[in-house]
Amino acid sequence: MMSDKKKKLTRRDMLRLGLSAGAVVGLGATVVSKSATKTVWQIDPDKCVQCGKCATDCVLELSAVKCVHAYAVCGYCELCGGYHRPDATKTDTAAESQLCPTSALERTFIEDPYYQYSVKEELCIGCAKCVKGCDAFGNGSLFLQVRHDRCVNCNECSIARVCPSDAFKRVPIEEPYLLKGKA
Amino acid sequence: MAGVALAEARFPAPEFDTGHKIPSPTAPLPGGDYSGYLDLSLLVIAMALASWLLLRKRSRKGIFALSLFSLIYFGFIRHGCICVVGSLQNVTMALFDSSYTIPIVLVAFFMLPLIFALFFGRVFCGAVCPLGMIQDVVAFKPIKVSPWLENILGLIPYFYLGLAVLFAATGAGFIICQYDPFVAFFRLGGSFNMLLLGAAFLLVGIFVARPYCRYLCPYGVLLRWTAFFSKYNVSITPTDCIQCRLCEDACPYGSIRKPSPERLPEAREVGVRRLRKLLVLFPLIVIAGGVAGFLIYIPLSTAHPVVSLAEQVALEDSGVTTVMTLASEAFRETGQSVADLYTEALMVRNKFKLGSVLLGIWLGIVIGGKLLSLSVYRSRKDYEPDRATCLSCGRCYESCPVGEKKEIEKVSVGVCEC
Repeated sequence: MMSDKKKKLTRRDMLRLGLSAGAVVGLGATVVSKSATKTVWQIDPDKCVQCGKCATDCVLELSAVKCVHAYAVCGYCELCGGYHRPDATKTDTAAESQLCPTSALERTFIEDPYYQYSVKEELCIGCAKCVKGCDAFGNGSLFLQVRHDRCVNCNECSIARVCPSDAFKRVPIEEPYLLKGKA
Repeated sequence: MAGVALAEARFPAPEFDTGHKIPSPTAPLPGGDYSGYLDLSLLVIAMALASWLLLRKRSRKGIFALSLFSLIYFGFIRHGCICVVGSLQNVTMALFDSSYTIPIVLVAFFMLPLIFALFFGRVFCGAVCPLGMIQDVVAFKPIKVSPWLENILGLIPYFYLGLAVLFAATGAGFIICQYDPFVAFFRLGGSFNMLLLGAAFLLVGIFVARPYCRYLCPYGVLLRWTAFFSKYNVSITPTDCIQCRLCEDACPYGSIRKPSPERLPEAREVGVRRLRKLLVLFPLIVIAGGVAGFLIYIPLSTAHPVVSLAEQVALEDSGVTTVMTLASEAFRETGQSVADLYTEALMVRNKFKLGSVLLGIWLGIVIGGKLLSLSVYRSRKDYEPDRATCLSCGRCYESCPVGEKKEIEKVSVGVCEC
């Protein structure tokens, strides 16, 4: 009985040894061939089609995607395709003239005839309405980005799953933004 | 940047007379420990502590305290999203997709619980996994699941694992993450459907302890295998089993195996004949699995975004449908050629053809193997946990009177009063 038990244990030990050796070799091989830095999710602004899903499909109640303004690309126009509704009768800051549903885009007078537009991030919901307007009528200086101070970096981004233009990608954490007007 | 360059011509950058400086957009970085080394060290410490508490201290209280910590840290603080269960998809994708790489921390997250299981059993399940812990704390009235149901439901994780590996390897997505029932709780917010699924699991979990772990968890399959060969494991009694039967119903997960009866339930020849039949049947089941896999590979491949886009584009081009989807609109806006899309989709579909057949064969082996293992008679002398399915929670310790004199006295008093 004893020897039988001993024999059984040896077989199990052999298998265990084999498994641990395999595990260590596998781990080593994977690390050597696949080592990389951590990645985070980001939107490629050139691929984004402003479908509006960023506002609705983030796991956070208020999306981690916000509008970002590349001021250097902006024309500082008085009539802004991103700020004003296409059917607006006046180029003023009245609510009925604004395209943004939450008034997150702020318009400040700089000098005649230039106005500066900036995003109030706490109000922005990432709906991309302004991005669409700016792309259609302006310089395309407004664009969507995943804001990493808000993003919880899900293993598989739930917006990426529904993005119609495959604009979401994993980028190295050292360069977590794909900003316009930098290239 | 072609679009921007083109658009820039629309309105030139202004020249300010007032000397206004053009600001640059902010780029906030992720907060907290984004290297993952803190999480990794906590994982190792928690698993080492769990092994010590479970095997050396034999302390259920200690395990419970540790599991509360794991639930709070890995669950609610880290939002359940440095997840060992999901990491198997990242590892699979890294192995199959050469353009996708993963950090060492992630590989370690995937491997360490398995290595621990190889030595100490499923200590990760027992006190560390937040998905398990959230179910563990609601297992108030566990009922016994009858063996036939347990055996059938126990096959689902193998199927789920195969499917998750297939989808991750082909790049169709991470289904384990997509259908993670508890991550919405950890984030304190999520879609209605996911919250409903999680609530359903917790509700069932009151009566059927840890249903996700036992009947779904794909990582649990790997842990079952490694824990089966574990060097040390939970033993119900600290010294010798006295066959008192007090632990018989102690395990909420039905992992305690009884000693084999003195008389065999059936004649030896009957068992041998059945085993022989099953051995002949085994290759047939495997082949049937492969055929079934081949039959479903086309519908299965539509889970991949490229294939579903190509199908939509094909439907539009052939005039079957006039309603465009957001994806097909976006595709047509890019001006890429339809032929290229079809070629890519066909490549993905071919991957699915092979993968789906392999998935079927895998399922055949699992089902056949289960039938075989059920018909092999094993002799057992004592009450002991099933190494593979034992979730290392330590609940059975409290029911064993051996080695603790006080307990024996209490029991004997109880007997007298009867």
